[in-house]
Amino acid sequence: MGELRLMKGNEAVAEAAIRAGADGYFGYPITPQSEVMEYLMAEKPHERTGMVVLQAESELAAINMVYGGAACGKKVMTSSSSPGISLMQEGISYIAGAELPCLLVNVVRGGPGLGTIQPAQSDYFQAVKGGGHGDYRLITLAPASVQEMSDFVKLGFELAFKYRNPVMILSDGAIGQMMEKVELFDPVPRSKEILPWATTGKTPDRERNIITSLDLDPKRQEDFNLKLQKKYGEIEEKEVRYEKIQCDDAEYLFVAYGTSSRVVQKAVQLARSRGIKVGLFRPITLWPFPSKEIFAMTGQVKGILSVEMSAGQMVEDIRLAVKGKIKVDYYGRMGGIIPTPDEVVEMLEKKIIGG
Amino acid sequence: MAEITLDQIIQPENLVYTKSRIMTDTVLHYCPGCGHGTAHRLLAEVIEELDLQADTIGVAPVGCSVLMYNYMDVDMQEAAHGRAPALATAIKRLMPEKFVFTYQGDGDLAAIGTAETIHACNRGENITILFINNGIYGMTGGQMAPTTLPDMKASTCPYGRDVRMMGNPLKITDIVATLPGSYYVTRQSVHTPGNVRKAKKAIRKAVEYQKRNQGTCFVEIVSNCNSGWKMTPADANQWLEENMLPFYPLGDLKVPEE
Amino acid sequence: MTEEIIIAGFGGQGVLSMGKILCYSGVMEGKEVSWMPSYGPEMRGGTANVTVIISDERISSPILNTYDTAIILNQQSMDKFEKTVKPGGMLIYDGNGITRHPERKDITIFRVDAAEEAARMKSNKVFNMIVLGGFLKIKPLLKMENVHRGLEKSLPERYHHLIQLNEEAIKRGMEIIQEVYQPA
Repeated sequence: MGELRLMKGNEAVAEAAIRAGADGYFGYPITPQSEVMEYLMAEKPHERTGMVVLQAESELAAINMVYGGAACGKKVMTSSSSPGISLMQEGISYIAGAELPCLLVNVVRGGPGLGTIQPAQSDYFQAVKGGGHGDYRLITLAPASVQEMSDFVKLGFELAFKYRNPVMILSDGAIGQMMEKVELFDPVPRSKEILPWATTGKTPDRERNIITSLDLDPKRQEDFNLKLQKKYGEIEEKEVRYEKIQCDDAEYLFVAYGTSSRVVQKAVQLARSRGIKVGLFRPITLWPFPSKEIFAMTGQVKGILSVEMSAGQMVEDIRLAVKGKIKVDYYGRMGGIIPTPDEVVEMLEKKIIGG
Repeated sequence: MAEITLDQIIQPENLVYTKSRIMTDTVLHYCPGCGHGTAHRLLAEVIEELDLQADTIGVAPVGCSVLMYNYMDVDMQEAAHGRAPALATAIKRLMPEKFVFTYQGDGDLAAIGTAETIHACNRGENITILFINNGIYGMTGGQMAPTTLPDMKASTCPYGRDVRMMGNPLKITDIVATLPGSYYVTRQSVHTPGNVRKAKKAIRKAVEYQKRNQGTCFVEIVSNCNSGWKMTPADANQWLEENMLPFYPLGDLKVPEE
Repeated sequence: MTEEIIIAGFGGQGVLSMGKILCYSGVMEGKEVSWMPSYGPEMRGGTANVTVIISDERISSPILNTYDTAIILNQQSMDKFEKTVKPGGMLIYDGNGITRHPERKDITIFRVDAAEEAARMKSNKVFNMIVLGGFLKIKPLLKMENVHRGLEKSLPERYHHLIQLNEEAIKRGMEIIQEVYQPA
């Protein structure tokens, strides 16, 4: 068993980054995720593993530092919260276009604009539909506990390098700020491997390596896009992750991720105490979305309630998944308000069971 | 007198100039008379002379030199507009033993990328920045640049830059020289053979000094844009001398204390 | 066993660190725990509160609206959280600075005058540990050896010489806590 610690989600991300053998972290302070860089700086990762940690002048600089480091084949990451992630979108599009591996952590707060510093899930579209320009995808992992904040750093880097694709951990202020018990994984040494595509200096035994997302030739640009789409198809085939809680006998289904899924677990207990057979389907990868697995539930359950801290974003993907076979509705809160289990059960009764 | 054949001329002892092997065989897309080609060549020659090919990582900008990586036979990254110093910061910090340079135009370095330029130089990143200042946006078709001179015409200031309305040209190199993190700051040009030779010496210093890990080395090259300026190459060089150089005087702005 | 607790008071009273020590002690006891603070501008000198859950099972929602126990350390928190205690639950408060004492008739109410006791012990820093002692007396969820280990884990090593003082404060809290109301 790994080392047990009581940590904030943000601290778990930082500790996991050092343990995962990250080469570099580049970030800019923003509530509610500033503990990531604070923890890293306090830990002196330069002494622990040689990891570089740098406070950039902006999120714009931070994401482009990530680009520069990732293009050298290094394990690099950044973290921010919603407004900062918006500022990074150009860089994220370039990173996806240059097929660079990296880890992005969004500890989501309510928007739009400066919004609030309280937790929200209103960046779902931005994460899974491509927040920047062009046809690209981010592998999006949604942790629902501090443990997963730690575990998904390691998993995120693995997936990023497996597919040469940016991976986003889509968390929120509640998971970032709360403390839970974490079993830390054993440290992995930083990789010394020189990746064949990376810009590490042109040696006589190979052609020069160029990292770019630019190709002005339409045919080649289309071919490149087709290649990207093929990669995304493969990821959709192989990397869907989800968890089912009390679904075996369920007649109704909640779908929720992250903090909402925690509230909904309590709502499931509450509903079942009132005799309502309801289960929770928790997507862990928001992209690729577990569409087939949710469709498979339509033979069993009579209706689905999507519970989100947004105006209803994931519910669109659920509707696409069930293809109109059963009723799908949404309940959520915004502005940093977290729905309560009572509200959730009430809405299940009103919108799905009674509706 | 016997006739001399071409084969007799092409002999090693007659060689007076050869293209650096750090330049690829790709034909440059730059307009005839443009300073970019010369600046590329000087950097390539310095990399070759210092035997740095295997250690070099370059960062190309957005602007006319966006395709620089097609011409230089070194590992290169293409940055988003203005962000080259951020990329270079990470590259150098993650691989401190490498030679890392950015090559940026005036729009890239002194408008959209001002923050990255200032902060990278102020942190004293051990990188080398080549800054091509031709007072105009070349690639997008001759719009006003941060460095466009007062009253100078561009497509977005067709009656000349009215500084009361459009603001003043930015002497960013002067600002960089005041930052504690910059180590060597110089302004050069490549519009005459003499200036080319001086510029090469400056670039060589800016490359060599990176090994000292003392801070950012910054070389501005005041250049021309005969297409954007709507002049012949010869006229453009003369205009540069008469108008650009009085505003952007050549010479060292900051030199290491030896 | 699942115990859902809100601890609320002024910033600077050690509300968050008390919750953290409670949670770490829970970890040492092999329990599941969660610690969910209020955060943001309200941290700056205003009120601070933290939701602590200690359970034998996987914890569902870390955010709650009702609590088994409310530990209330100022008037604002009394106004906000007295009503959130579940019927049959428990409220612990420090009488210092309280102008409106708890009025609920369906919960058990305890008073631990920790501020006064801390002054007597000549250490403001141990205020929150006196409160914690009071809580642990009423709800002996955790063994004292695990509280000791929780303190060791929570406090940076440079403060480990203060562990003994903290434990004394916990004992004092256990001694001075008094029941002031019990529903019939």
